[in-house]
Order: sequence, then C-alpha cells, then structure tokens
Amino acid sequence: MQRAIALVDCNNFYVSCERLFQPVLEGKPVVVLSNNDGCVVSRSQEVKNLGLKMAVPWFQLKDIARQHGIIARSSNYSLYADLSNRVMSLLSRFSPSQEIYSIDESFLELTGIPVNHTDYGQQIRRTIRQYVGIPVCVGIASSKTLAKLANHVAKKNPRYAGVCDFNGMSEAELHGLLASIDAGEVWGIGRRSTGRLREMGIHTVLDLQRTPAKQLRAKFSVVFERIVEELNGVACLELDQVMAAKQQIICSRSFGTLTSRLPDLEQAVIAYTTRAAEKLRQQRSLASGIQVYIRTNPHKERDPQYQQAILMPLPDPTDDTRLFGRAALHGLRRIYRSGYAYQKAGIMLAGIIPASSRPHSLFDNVPGQEKSHALMGTLDRINRSMGSGTIKFLGEGIDKPWAMRRQNVSKRYTTEWDELAVCQACP
Amino acid sequence: MMRATFVLFDIAMTSIDLSRSRRRTAPSSVLSLTHPNKSMFERQRALLRKAVPAGFPSPADDYIERRLSLDEHLIQNKESTFFMRVSGHSMRDLGIFDGDLLIVDRSVPATHGCVLVAVIDGEFTLKQLLYTPQGKVLRAAHPDYPEVVIKPEQDFTIWGVVQWNVHKV
Repeated sequence: MQRAIALVDCNNFYVSCERLFQPVLEGKPVVVLSNNDGCVVSRSQEVKNLGLKMAVPWFQLKDIARQHGIIARSSNYSLYADLSNRVMSLLSRFSPSQEIYSIDESFLELTGIPVNHTDYGQQIRRTIRQYVGIPVCVGIASSKTLAKLANHVAKKNPRYAGVCDFNGMSEAELHGLLASIDAGEVWGIGRRSTGRLREMGIHTVLDLQRTPAKQLRAKFSVVFERIVEELNGVACLELDQVMAAKQQIICSRSFGTLTSRLPDLEQAVIAYTTRAAEKLRQQRSLASGIQVYIRTNPHKERDPQYQQAILMPLPDPTDDTRLFGRAALHGLRRIYRSGYAYQKAGIMLAGIIPASSRPHSLFDNVPGQEKSHALMGTLDRINRSMGSGTIKFLGEGIDKPWAMRRQNVSKRYTTEWDELAVCQACP
Repeated sequence: MMRATFVLFDIAMTSIDLSRSRRRTAPSSVLSLTHPNKSMFERQRALLRKAVPAGFPSPADDYIERRLSLDEHLIQNKESTFFMRVSGHSMRDLGIFDGDLLIVDRSVPATHGCVLVAVIDGEFTLKQLLYTPQGKVLRAAHPDYPEVVIKPEQDFTIWGVVQWNVHKV
C-alpha cells in the first residue's frame, strides 16, 4: 500500500493566535516580534504581500510600518502554547500516529485510512478552523520530505484550497509542480548547499529528484542521499511519536536595557537557571554541569565588545536549582568584567541523563538528595498549581530592571483568570 | 478504565497509611543487601507494604468513586471551549449579568434561540440568535436594547456558542 503522510501546518500561527482574541486585527497587516521586540517572527498575509521578510530587526522596519499601518505585537508564548496544544490534540483524533514537529506543525500518518485524502484534509482544515479558530494547510505525500513540499504548495497556490495531495496527482502534474519549486525549499537543504547544488546544475526540486542519490552522497553527505530517496517517494524518515528528552536545556534572553552591573547579571542568571532547572525536572532528568555566558551588543560596533562563556561542572548529576544557581554565580563572577554594557546572558544545562540512571557512589549524601528531591518537588507543585513564579528564589530579584521588553503584549486569554477576553453585553 | 485505576490507587494508599500507624512490616534482609541505596530501598519497601494488606480495610473501600468534576460536567469539548467575561447588562433577562463568566464552545453549531458570542465590527458581542423571515436577528435580553437585524453587507461572524454562564450569587 502506498504510504500517505500528512503535514499539517498552521498559517502565520502567532498572528492567527493574536487575531483569534482580537478580531479587530483581521484583514490588517500584523507582525509578531521575537523576545525583546527584536525581530519579526510571524507575518500576516498582508505583510507577506508587502514583501517584508522574516527575522528582520523591527527597528529597521519602523518607517515602512508607519507607511502601511503595520501593527506589531510582542510575542505571547503562554497564548501560543495553549492554542498549539489544542490544535495538536484535535489533530491526534485524525490519525493513529502523530508526530508533533514544532509548535505549529504536525505529521499525521494517513496510510490505510480508507477515505479520499484530499477530502480528509479539508475536514481537518474545517475542524481546526472552527474548533480553535486557527487556519491550517495540509500537504499529503508518500514521504515526510514530500509532505513538507506538498504543504508548501497548499500554502502558496490558491488552486489547491489549502490541501495538496501529491499521491492523488498524475505524474505530469506532480513533475510540473516540482519543476516550479526551488531546490532550496526542500526540507534539510541549507542556503550553502543550495549554492553548491546550483553549481552542479540542480535548480529545482525536480532536478534534485532526478539526480542519482549516490552522486550526491559523494559530494555532500549521506543526508542528501536520504533526501533524494524521500523525494522519490521512498519514506526513509519515520514518524517520531515520542518526544525525545532534550540533551541540552538552554535559557538565554537579551535584556530590556543594556547593563554593566554585576548584580543585574546575577539576577538574570538565577532567573534563567530557575527556569531551566524546572524544565529539567519536568523531563525527569539530571544535569552534571552548567554553562554561563554573557555578551555585549555586537550590533553596537562602537562600544567595547566582550563575550565569554564558562562551563561549571558539578560533583554529581543533580536537578536541584540551588546547586545550579551556586555554580552559575561562581562561574559568572569569574567571567564578568566591569566596564562593558552587557546585552545578553544565558545558561545551558549540560551532561543531561535520565533521573532513573543516576549513578550511585559510596559517598552519596542520600538524606541530602532526598531532602532536595522533596523541596524541588514541592516548589514545582506550588508553581504549577498557583501560577509560575508563586515561589521563587530571591536571587532573581524583584524589580528586574534587566527584564525583557514587551511593549505590545496581548493578554493571556486562555491561561489566566484575570486576563479573559471581554464580551460586550451592551449595544 | 480510569475509574478502576483510581480505586486501586486509593486502596493502596490506605493500606500504606494503616501499616504506618499500626503494623510496620519488617524490612527483608535480602532486599537491604541487594539495594544498599536508601531511596531505592524505601521504594521497594513501599511496594511490599502495598502488597501486604495491613490492619482493617475501611468499610467504604468498595464504594470509593471519583469525585464529581465541574470541568467534566460543563466542558464537552476541551479543545474548543474558551472562557470569557461579560461586560454590560443587555442580557439581564436571560440571567447573564455584568462580570459573569461565560463558557463558550466553538464546536457547537448556532441554532435558533442560542446565546452566542458574535464578532461585530471587530468586537466581541453577546446576543441571542433568532432565525426570522427577515433573516438572522440578534436580540438583547433587556427592554432598553433594540433587536438588530443582520444586513448581508454587515461584518458579522459567529465566534462561539455560549453553553453555560457562571454567576456568583
């Protein structure tokens, strides 16, 4: 039986989330900005039509924005995560196996589902649109790489009304489509490889599909051989149904304003450490080291530049925020130099192992470990049930002068009682 | 399925509690040899305690059921249900007051007489929907507010259907 894999991708996901609770944004050019209102991370169709690209720094766009009345929103990940969970949970009803690929994309196995897959895709679209209010497009094909491309076609080409099934197409139609897509659009092919492919005379997806896999393997890597196989409809990548535990946990943010004060950096580092340790415990892992890094703003070329990182190993793998915090502060004080205006700090937990495989040694402080486990468990439970940050370490400070800048953040409509949308009961 | 596991879990908890207060099971020497680590050992011991019935079981054990959950009663479809806050008095006669909490389900089709959250000119508006020979009519539930007949050219969409209103007495 022919494989049928669907990729369901939300359209302009962050913008669509904003519009759901602010219908006044419908039909207007809207962008969502990254943390600290830095770059454009999501664009409405109106903005795409204006030719604005992703990841452009917002300050460069201020003039164009004023000219076209572009509305900017700060990112509101509490809202996006909740709506994403709703979309993913609905999608899981449409297939026995699902891979959640990112916050706004999911693969679904449709092989053997005995209905017309294009109709099924339309049903998926209608359901998500009505139930959660988020528009999605569906691409269906016999491999994940092709499904990604089918989704690309479904998004760009209005003829397909949001659902494109490569499996249901004639060979001529499919080849026509693949010849119209740039090889650089293929999943897994970076910008540099696109250039090298062009030198070999490979411009379109069709060119790439017809290149003997062995030839590419010699020039690039085994990854390319796999890509070509996938483009020819041989599924090499299976659906990853289990989210693998992360091997690294990173928490880093740029500051709302530059700072040269050590106490500010210390607070930020403790705040990021707290968040990262929470994530670590959530996935039931331990880490055996913590890396701290700080840097100045590389875009301010006239300012003196400095960046440094340091890895602090821990004597035993742990998930205790206090131990990470102590190590991180120790590291920070070693790399900190006064006289620089710092823009960003970050921490990374390294050497991550599952908590179940904690190595035991003769010198284990067992009562200490148990106390730590109980304390961290209590902390997480309280913060989960009463809102994150209910109990926090004083080390992360109270005023947080360094905290992120989010000027136009919308409300957390689905996760905070105080921030629900208001419905007018007057004329 | 769900129910069965809950009951089992509860009984196990009860038996641990009883064993703590009345009869402490002696730790097996074999276990303590193979598991010198204390926390591992504790876990094994807890398992043992669960397996060995201790003390008198509660006469109510067989009757333990899941406690009632409002979520379960009020929310049919958790993916499509959203909460909203009411502002204003125009729905008073249907028992919906200023500051009330609405439970809105987007998956439910809007039928004649239902209360819905509509988007009119970009704003969430609470109305009752009626299908009349003149077309769709949005009605307020207050004598001071007139009915609104939806004109075809008007910017109007149904956002969701109100399933419940939560009012603090």
